[in-house]
Amino acid sequence: MTIATDRSISRAEICAIACAEAWRGDGEILASPMALVPSLGARLARETFEPDLLLSDGEASFVAGPWKLGGRPPATVEAWIPYRSVFDLVWSGRRHVMMGASQLDRFGNQNISCIGPFEKPTNQLLGVRGAPGNTANHATSYWVPRHSPRVFVERVDMVSGVGTDKDGGPFVDIRRVVTDLAVLDLRGPERSMRLVSVHPGVTVEDVQSATGFPLHVDDVVQSRLPTDTELRLMREVLDPKNLRDKEVAPA
Amino acid sequence: MADKRMTEEQVVAELQSGMTIGIGGWGSRRKPMSLVRAILRSDVTDLTIVSYGGPDVGLLCAARKVKRLVYGFVSLDSIPLEPHFQAARKAGAIEATEWDEGMVQWALYAAAARLPFLPTRAGLGSDVMRVNPDLKTVKSPYGDEELLAVPALHLDAALVHLNVADARGNAAFHGPDLYFDDLFCQAATRAYVSCERIVPTGELGELTRTRIARWMVHGVVESPNGAHFTSCVPDYDRDEAFQKEYVTAAKDPDAWAAFSARFLSGDEASYQQAVKAWREEKRAVSA
Repeated sequence: MTIATDRSISRAEICAIACAEAWRGDGEILASPMALVPSLGARLARETFEPDLLLSDGEASFVAGPWKLGGRPPATVEAWIPYRSVFDLVWSGRRHVMMGASQLDRFGNQNISCIGPFEKPTNQLLGVRGAPGNTANHATSYWVPRHSPRVFVERVDMVSGVGTDKDGGPFVDIRRVVTDLAVLDLRGPERSMRLVSVHPGVTVEDVQSATGFPLHVDDVVQSRLPTDTELRLMREVLDPKNLRDKEVAPA
Repeated sequence: MADKRMTEEQVVAELQSGMTIGIGGWGSRRKPMSLVRAILRSDVTDLTIVSYGGPDVGLLCAARKVKRLVYGFVSLDSIPLEPHFQAARKAGAIEATEWDEGMVQWALYAAAARLPFLPTRAGLGSDVMRVNPDLKTVKSPYGDEELLAVPALHLDAALVHLNVADARGNAAFHGPDLYFDDLFCQAATRAYVSCERIVPTGELGELTRTRIARWMVHGVVESPNGAHFTSCVPDYDRDEAFQKEYVTAAKDPDAWAAFSARFLSGDEASYQQAVKAWREEKRAVSA
């Protein structure tokens, strides 16, 4: 594996690799990315080190083969996956979702429901959607395209995705949090949030000051760079229109 | 042989204020919008609505028809947030029963199977338990695990929109997903199917797509373009331009009054006509 020497590697490309790494070792499960950069990461993982991942076209089909961000899904359909089958798959545990988060706290509790008191919120977002069931049943990671104290808060207003300090049952498995600045996980003391790696050009202080609670910091490394093959796949095959830069502005 | 054909007005005449009504489809996809529009025109109010919510929920909130809403999300898909639903929540105007979306399925399934509850892990540890203090857990009789007991959610009426149906209530979906339309019908005392076309039974299409059977159904309404502006593939995609128009109008009281007057003040035929005129106007402007 040759590490790319291209100095023009973008922040979005670093993020996509960090997202792809979330699915490493998952095997034959459904990878469910919820935004552009995680989608790029999941497709990249399947094209390289995790070839058995299942990917949905976003409607009701498992599809085989690579496809571009913003492009038409491949014509080769592997199986039918209507919402009811997605729910069955959630219960089975054979899924790893990468969700967004309007708020995320020190123990990985996530909020996508509303801001302010539930009875009369100052802002209503989507609702908890499938977040409680996802987190209670299978592997979950999070993607935060703009790491800020508004997202990383001391306490979330409405626990949608269940964190490590709650009793969500035996299958809660929060894997990693990827942001535009860093990669984090929940392997700090008492399963609290820990800084794993910072992206090139980012310092530990940058991440801490963009986080509304103290992070556990010990052996922080630099986030992995894409290989030449991965860069070529991203730039020529999976995202030739460079939509990834729209989600993560070049640093 | 029962002929269950009805009009939208006849369906709404069978609904009463205070009822619990389930609405099929998903987000801004294959929603029984002509039936929802008929409710907007009626005196029926104080409803408990159960929905994988989209503009059906938004319109009913805007018309102050909703007392309580049971939902996992409300979204317009291509536009993530539903402005009328957001406004109703921010005003504290509706009782919000916000559940995990899998819990909604379980609640309908329990009602359909005449069970008092079904167990799940979805919801455990989350604030769904905090904001819905009526929810209870149950200990597995085969072990020690504590599970969430999702209560059956019985519907007085279900409204769904399919691609085709026959006059007796057998119906088929031709798009990629049935969503939970069959469960909505089975969880309801009375289920009403609107459809793009009423066809002879022999022409419903592929057997595996005929997922709504007449034993579940009390009324059938032929309503071409009845899911507008939500999608009803392969008959038509979501009307994205019109959805944008809806969202823009919903964010401003004066614009919403104008939108309502133009599109929602008459019957279904005049709605469809007004949409057609709007589209021609847009085309003339862009030409």
